[in-house]
Amino acid sequence: MLTPKTGLYDPLYEHDACGFGFVARIDGRRTRETVEEGLEVLHNLEHRGTTGADPETGDGAGILTQIPDGFFRRECKELGIELPPAGGYAVGVVFEFGEAEGLDCEGRLAEICAEEGQKLLGFREVPVVPEAVGKIARSVMPRVRQFFIEGHAGDEDAFERKLYVIRRRLHKAVEGGHGCYVVSLSSRTVIYKGLLKGEQLPRFYPDLGDPAFASAIALVHERFSTNTLGSWELAHPYRYVAHNGEFNTLRGNVNWMRARESRLQSDLFGEDLKKISPVIQTGQSDSASFDNGLELLHLAGRSLPHAVSMMMPEAWENDELMDPERRAYYQYHSALMEPWDGPAAVAFTDGRLIGATLDRNGLRPARYSVTKDGRVVMASEDGALRIPAEEVIERWRLQPGKMLVVDTERHELLHDEEVKKPLFARHPYREWLEDGEIHLNELPEADSERRPESASLFERQQAFGYTIEDQRIILAPMGMDGKEPDGSMGTDTPLAVLSERPQMLFSYFKQHFAQVTNPPIDPLREELVMSLKMSLGPEQNLFDETPEHCRRILIDQPILTAAELEKIRHLGTERASTTTLSTLFSVSSGEKGMEDALTSLCERAVSAVRGGSAVLVLSDRGVNPMQASIPCLLATSAVHHHLVRAGIRTATTLVVETGEAREVHHFALLVGYGATAIAPYLAFETIEDLVLSDHLMEGVSPEEAAKNYVKAIGKGLLKVISKMGISTLFSYCGAQIFEAVGLDKDFVEKHFTGTASRVGGVGIGALAREVLERHRNAFGGTEDNAEELEIGGEYQLRAQGQYHQWNQKSIPALQRAVKTNDFQTFKEFTRHFDEQSARFSTLRGLFDFEEAPIPLEEVEPAKEIVRRFVTGAMSFGSISKEAHETLAIAMNRIGGKSNTGEGGEDPARFTPDASGDNRRSAVKQVASGRFGVTTEYLVNADVLQIKMAQGSKPGEGGQLPGHKVSEDIAKVRYSTPGVGLISPPPHHDIYSIEDLAQLIHDLKNANPRADVSVKLVAEVGVGTVAAGVAKAKADHITISGHDGGTGASPLSSIKHAGLPWELGLSETQQVLVQNNLRGRVILQTDGQLKTGRDVVVAALLGGEEFAFSTAPLVATGCIMMRVCHLNTCPVGIATQDPELRKRFTGTPEHVVNYFFFLAEEVRELMARMGFRTFDEMVGRSDMLKMREAIEHWKAKGVDLSAILHQEEALEGGEIRHSETQDHGLEKSLDNELIERCMPALEEKEPVRFSQEVANTHRTVGGMLSGEIARRYGNDGLPEDTIRIDMRGVGGQSFGAWLAKGLAFSLEGTTNDYVGKGLSGGKLAVFPSRVAAYDPSRSVVVGNVALYGATGGEAYFRGFAGERFAVRNSGAHAVVEGVGDHGCEYMTGGVVVVLGPTGRNFAAGMSGGVAFVLDEEDRFEKLCNVDMVSLEAVESEEDEALLRSMVERHLEWTESDAARRVLEDWEELLPKFIKIMPNDLKRVLRERQEAELEVAR
Amino acid sequence: MGDPKGFLKIGRKPTPKRTIEERVQDYRYIYEPMPEDELKGQASRCMDCGVPFCNTGCPLGNLIPDWNDLVYKDHWKTAIDRLHKTNNFPEFTGMLCPAPCEAACVLAINDKPVTIKEIELSIINRAFDEGWVVAHPPPPEKRTGKKVAVVGSGPAGLAAAQQLNWAGHSVVVFEKDDKIGGLLRYGIPDYKIEKWVVDRRIAIMEEEGVEFQTNAHVGEDPTTEELKSEFDAVIMAVGALQGRDLDVPGRELGGIHLAMDYLTQQNRRVAGLPTNAEVEISAKGKNVVILGGGDTSADCLGNSHREGCASVKVLTHGPRPPENPDHLTWPDWPFILHTYPVHEEGGERGWSVAVKGFSGSNGHVERMHAVRTERENGKTIPIEGTEFEIETDLVLLAIGFTGPVRDRLQEELDLGYTDRGAIHSENGYATREPGVFFAGDAKRGASLIVWAIAEGRKAARQADEHLMGYSLLLG
Repeated sequence: MLTPKTGLYDPLYEHDACGFGFVARIDGRRTRETVEEGLEVLHNLEHRGTTGADPETGDGAGILTQIPDGFFRRECKELGIELPPAGGYAVGVVFEFGEAEGLDCEGRLAEICAEEGQKLLGFREVPVVPEAVGKIARSVMPRVRQFFIEGHAGDEDAFERKLYVIRRRLHKAVEGGHGCYVVSLSSRTVIYKGLLKGEQLPRFYPDLGDPAFASAIALVHERFSTNTLGSWELAHPYRYVAHNGEFNTLRGNVNWMRARESRLQSDLFGEDLKKISPVIQTGQSDSASFDNGLELLHLAGRSLPHAVSMMMPEAWENDELMDPERRAYYQYHSALMEPWDGPAAVAFTDGRLIGATLDRNGLRPARYSVTKDGRVVMASEDGALRIPAEEVIERWRLQPGKMLVVDTERHELLHDEEVKKPLFARHPYREWLEDGEIHLNELPEADSERRPESASLFERQQAFGYTIEDQRIILAPMGMDGKEPDGSMGTDTPLAVLSERPQMLFSYFKQHFAQVTNPPIDPLREELVMSLKMSLGPEQNLFDETPEHCRRILIDQPILTAAELEKIRHLGTERASTTTLSTLFSVSSGEKGMEDALTSLCERAVSAVRGGSAVLVLSDRGVNPMQASIPCLLATSAVHHHLVRAGIRTATTLVVETGEAREVHHFALLVGYGATAIAPYLAFETIEDLVLSDHLMEGVSPEEAAKNYVKAIGKGLLKVISKMGISTLFSYCGAQIFEAVGLDKDFVEKHFTGTASRVGGVGIGALAREVLERHRNAFGGTEDNAEELEIGGEYQLRAQGQYHQWNQKSIPALQRAVKTNDFQTFKEFTRHFDEQSARFSTLRGLFDFEEAPIPLEEVEPAKEIVRRFVTGAMSFGSISKEAHETLAIAMNRIGGKSNTGEGGEDPARFTPDASGDNRRSAVKQVASGRFGVTTEYLVNADVLQIKMAQGSKPGEGGQLPGHKVSEDIAKVRYSTPGVGLISPPPHHDIYSIEDLAQLIHDLKNANPRADVSVKLVAEVGVGTVAAGVAKAKADHITISGHDGGTGASPLSSIKHAGLPWELGLSETQQVLVQNNLRGRVILQTDGQLKTGRDVVVAALLGGEEFAFSTAPLVATGCIMMRVCHLNTCPVGIATQDPELRKRFTGTPEHVVNYFFFLAEEVRELMARMGFRTFDEMVGRSDMLKMREAIEHWKAKGVDLSAILHQEEALEGGEIRHSETQDHGLEKSLDNELIERCMPALEEKEPVRFSQEVANTHRTVGGMLSGEIARRYGNDGLPEDTIRIDMRGVGGQSFGAWLAKGLAFSLEGTTNDYVGKGLSGGKLAVFPSRVAAYDPSRSVVVGNVALYGATGGEAYFRGFAGERFAVRNSGAHAVVEGVGDHGCEYMTGGVVVVLGPTGRNFAAGMSGGVAFVLDEEDRFEKLCNVDMVSLEAVESEEDEALLRSMVERHLEWTESDAARRVLEDWEELLPKFIKIMPNDLKRVLRERQEAELEVAR
Repeated sequence: MGDPKGFLKIGRKPTPKRTIEERVQDYRYIYEPMPEDELKGQASRCMDCGVPFCNTGCPLGNLIPDWNDLVYKDHWKTAIDRLHKTNNFPEFTGMLCPAPCEAACVLAINDKPVTIKEIELSIINRAFDEGWVVAHPPPPEKRTGKKVAVVGSGPAGLAAAQQLNWAGHSVVVFEKDDKIGGLLRYGIPDYKIEKWVVDRRIAIMEEEGVEFQTNAHVGEDPTTEELKSEFDAVIMAVGALQGRDLDVPGRELGGIHLAMDYLTQQNRRVAGLPTNAEVEISAKGKNVVILGGGDTSADCLGNSHREGCASVKVLTHGPRPPENPDHLTWPDWPFILHTYPVHEEGGERGWSVAVKGFSGSNGHVERMHAVRTERENGKTIPIEGTEFEIETDLVLLAIGFTGPVRDRLQEELDLGYTDRGAIHSENGYATREPGVFFAGDAKRGASLIVWAIAEGRKAARQADEHLMGYSLLLG
């Protein structure tokens, strides 16, 4: 059962990920061994799953096999059930929970079977061993029964369809199936699964151990879910799939599926189709939903590979190398349905064929081996089935978007090309496309005279709330530079619902983003998987494929100029008739008028669509003194949902013609709620006006400016969708990836159905009032002296504009207080936040405290409280050395902690100064860039913080421009001065929750003494993510608010992504307590914390530690210039300019004073509430209440009860931190290795020995390296002091953090993350000498090898997976072939590839060098040359370097490829291409010139 | 904005002035315009702060970073629009404001502030030169039919009048004197603001439809009753002209005057108007003592130089302020020694001097009896035994104002007074008499012209709200 929704928790936001695998026999022989091997795979993937609070209750495991006829025949015979011949009957498996009794599943099933003309033969009680499972699993354990149905439906396929109908009907008959869940029902397959750990599965189900239980396929899955009160149903496999990953576009996919149901027609189903609806059941996981969708497509006539490739197409949009037939196939199918987008490895089977595919970006691992005797083993990890190398004839991986299928009936193993080729030829797709599709550019020009407007530009700008800031800060820069503007220092303006000023409806919505459970994408460096293409025109019956299906108008991106919209308006009936619906309403009808107009708009939309309108244009043209417009977002979403409910949504396309939308967030919202295209006429007119008035925009023509604007919006949209891990705007459309903050729940449910809105707020009346206020402003009648818009003040404070918390009063008050060490002055500072305007700018401002006073003296002293304070993650790089060290010294003085940020730390700071001060940051951050993350850095930490996201720009990466990379910075970041550095949006070793568990394990191995912290940003569902993180063994979790400071972020991210910490922290507390995980972690929060009151509110909501960034910076002199990104900070904080740094006047005393003031204020509040110790206060949300008598016209609608909801701790559970995580480090192989290496560690004596490894050994070498770094720092031991010769299949993170002096050679193969953070050690991996496969055509290391390596050597004989040497900044590596995105973001080191590469090589590579042997002359097309140049290997220096590396490769791996290269050196040398980063080249040239200058 | 690194490249350059020798010979404006390219350089020093303390330090909320950038980029027309958005009379403040904005400038923390005032003045001067400053009479259809009286034609009254007129109300400004302008007209010397500057604005306002009535002492003619019955709202902007006096022996002697009496006479003379005074006050050939250290004393000083006094001393009872501000003061107005151009022109400044009395002969003052003071616990106290005398034949008392002149109007309205002697206002600018609003010095006590304009605007907005239920006027 799903956990019910309580407080801020909503089961909708549960995530899962895991390990999956299958074993299949090509020859189709049903063997006992196959089942056993399947179970072995499951067992060996157990570390990818997890357990919750109860270590014996797994998150779920299961197996799908063919129906073992012999077994069931024997069993049924005993029960007196006579089974028809194999294939003539179906086996159903049903979970019956406690509630099932009242439902009479059995009776209902019998009735339905009879009605559907099938015969229910009887039931079998499945024997189970409850003792085999954990306590929690047992407490919710269902009765498991099987039932048997005799087929009377014609052929096998028809029988399967009938079974589907029966299952759907049963589901509906028992009201959603809770209490009576059909696990599987098929004449071909049967599933055994449950809330189990992998190894428990066969013990729980003795059936699986029966010698007669045989199959040719075994599909298994081990689950890692974010919640603990897990569920038996949510275990995989589902009926057709097992899935590892996450579909980010789920909400949209489900809505669209529902929207097209009324148009479905199938001869195969006939009338039965109606019985199925809704196709996708509500309230289930993404995997289950995908399974539902796939099942329908398959049963309606498409083969599984066909259906899967429709739902998860390859990245065809930008791939010029793709075969045209293949491309046409995908392009055609894109007209049928939107992709299910997100990281995913999906294995699918119908019981006859079994296969697997990967998402378009290859974000999940899937490795496979084929054996001599015809077995295919596919799994998340190589080595999951222990097969001797001499039996393996093929060892490879699934590549992005590719498929592998085993057809057990035809006895074929089909690789991608073989599977798909027949699909491409099903229809003349290319011809159909040529005839059917037309690009907008090809349409005839329509009369593009500007539409007449009765109001002036200025009046309309005012009516739509334009400000001077919109022009100056948003539109002009976009029109000039073609990109979104950046800002700094977070946001400190009120939430829309708390603002006194009329707000745009857009501002009430916050963007979601990916964290932990799936990765954001880098839309710049990985552009090849991204697309903004959209199309206009109606959808046809999903089950058919006709030329009609692709009759549509293509657009490259969703922003239309007025002229382009006119073209669409003039399409005529032949292609797609267009109806324009006005969204205006009469001002005189007042607030109610808007609501009536909206109702009428929805009705008009329905009749227009019924009348055949394939394009609906919702237009707010014509605003004038009498008429105002419904906010276009409301109009769009209301119409979208109304049409979905009416079942006719896919018959039309929504286009929005609006004067309101102007910035990226607006367009993202409109598309996210159903618009296909938007014509922002007023934005275009405004830009044109700005150009023509020669004001703000110079040097561009109106046309260029418009083009730049469209480009900037496009880039911005890519950024918004990619931060959610979505690659195509098409699948983002209608996906509703937002949360509403401050909107009435009923209002949201009606018009933004399915969107979270957890604190309630204003409804349509208040929104109308805001529209009318703007309208009055536009047409109200003051004769001013110039046409000047309102000033704005959202981004920069203005006296006339929006309120900012950091302002002319609060900043000086704090600075005076800390300089004079005067608590009374500090109270003036905090009193400022009790004033009306400030109070209503945050949710916490609406809280009040319950009182139960005690004397202040009884409260714990301030010096204890300040230990809970930390400074936030600010890198040396974003702030100056002086500022960074001042904070570190201050925090060390008070016993708090400072944070390195993501820029590494100078090892000189690891030892205290002579003065006794300590400049070492206790918290060391590990971010996606891994700058300066050496083993030495890791062992010098008290806390290792994994930054999953940051409040100001969650889901985005960052960039440190070359001019900011000084000598000092380059040194600690292991890069070249002057060369720019990129932080990728995702951690490339965290694409899902089990990956995070792996990184936590890696870090804990490197430094077992440090706590591992995971930093998350508040968004809806962050609580469930945090639960997953706690299960992944984090010791510490930070929940950041959306408003935190930053060096530089796009303004739309600063303003519109993420949520206040009040929501995120409270949700996290609730979910952790609910799942009995709270005691295991320390909870920290940050995000514009300033006062003692802030700290106390956070503590009552569950916080134990508190991070501050802006406030301590202000204490040291920051005056909120918000120019951090310009390097011109006039007070020497956020700058590297030596002149400006001299202006820094902050001292550690200032910071110390601030924190003590804060602690004193906390004490005062504790005394008021009667808390003697801080611990008592944590999680006591019952001591908070909503402030009484809120007069604010919008805020009074806010309901904070969900935040205040106090979750009851379970028996023995805690509401605050109380225990330590069990990291299982004692099981680490390294304990043994360390033992054997003692002579080397202690005496530097050489040590060499052999060692067997398996995929279940994780992070081999990490702990040993930590021991070396702890003793000898980054210098390590002399080369090869320790040499370990290993054999077998290495597990995840093999050779992570390897320190200098350590050499690992592995005969065999390894999985993902090999050599992660390599810190000077040496790694060689080569296949077994007896392997039956060709080593040069096989995978030897998995994905993301050498991530963040800072030094060392690596030799891999064979292929590496995707993202080889990503973010390498020092390692020298040789490999014989790599997948996509090789050398991505590399900043140092040397990589030699002696064979083919995948696509997008060298994306974002700003330093280091790569050499690629390009014998097939394909490399040029595969390389991303945005930042690099391709050169021949000419200099003697280069040749010598290359040759020596190849020689070393030969020496360490006995590589044939290396031998050949060395033998044919003269001939092959010209075939090497040197990949040289432009940035590095420039710097080297400049250096050379400078040297020449000096010489002269 | 403009040049993010401008402040690192260019230092502050003060506004050029005419030479002392030249300027003390006349009453013309002291400053000279700054060459345009230099001015743009100065504008480029603006850092476009995230929290522009200048903007909040300015009582008007002038959009300083915005127009600094516009000047730097040569968009003068937009610059004046942006300036006029918050300030009805930038030429007045550009010439007369002591510029709290500059004290609040972020560059003032560790460098020299941007020359904001100079830039402001340049914008408005350029706008007048280009003919951009024209009347904006509200079209007849926007007239509300409401009548508003503004009592007092100083900067507060004028600002309120212009705003309310723009809102569509019919505005009558009553001035008890013979010419419009209040202190601008007869209080402030021409070398700080030449009177054609004031006339130029008034002409525009007349063209916009504001009606001006001079020699109209409200309370007498029209009567208080007439005022209340004929107008839907009243803005009282009557100033705080009651000068503070000294209660010491010898005060009754001739040659001892309130500064404002002297300044008014001198302004009338410069304007070529009769003083209409019983006693003519002139510094010519006199040994002048000016008591008080504020703007008024400086104005007396400048006039004394120009009249050709024999000597002049400016004496203050408090101690000499420091040259540099205390760092903790920023962004507030610092307590430092303010040196105006007139101080450069000559005269002697003295501090820590308290007056004990005056003596003389023939009913005329000849000497001042004084004593040195010291500061103790925030109080200035005389030091015994430090008594001394100063020869003088003209003493000007520039020691502040005690509030509005309590005339018949004030008595009849009977709105109450604050501790500082100003009219008691409620809920912003309103009073306990519905429809009667107060603004400027009358409400807050004697203060800066920039405050007067700001208050005039805010009172206008409140009056507009009172009349219409809402207001679209910017405060």
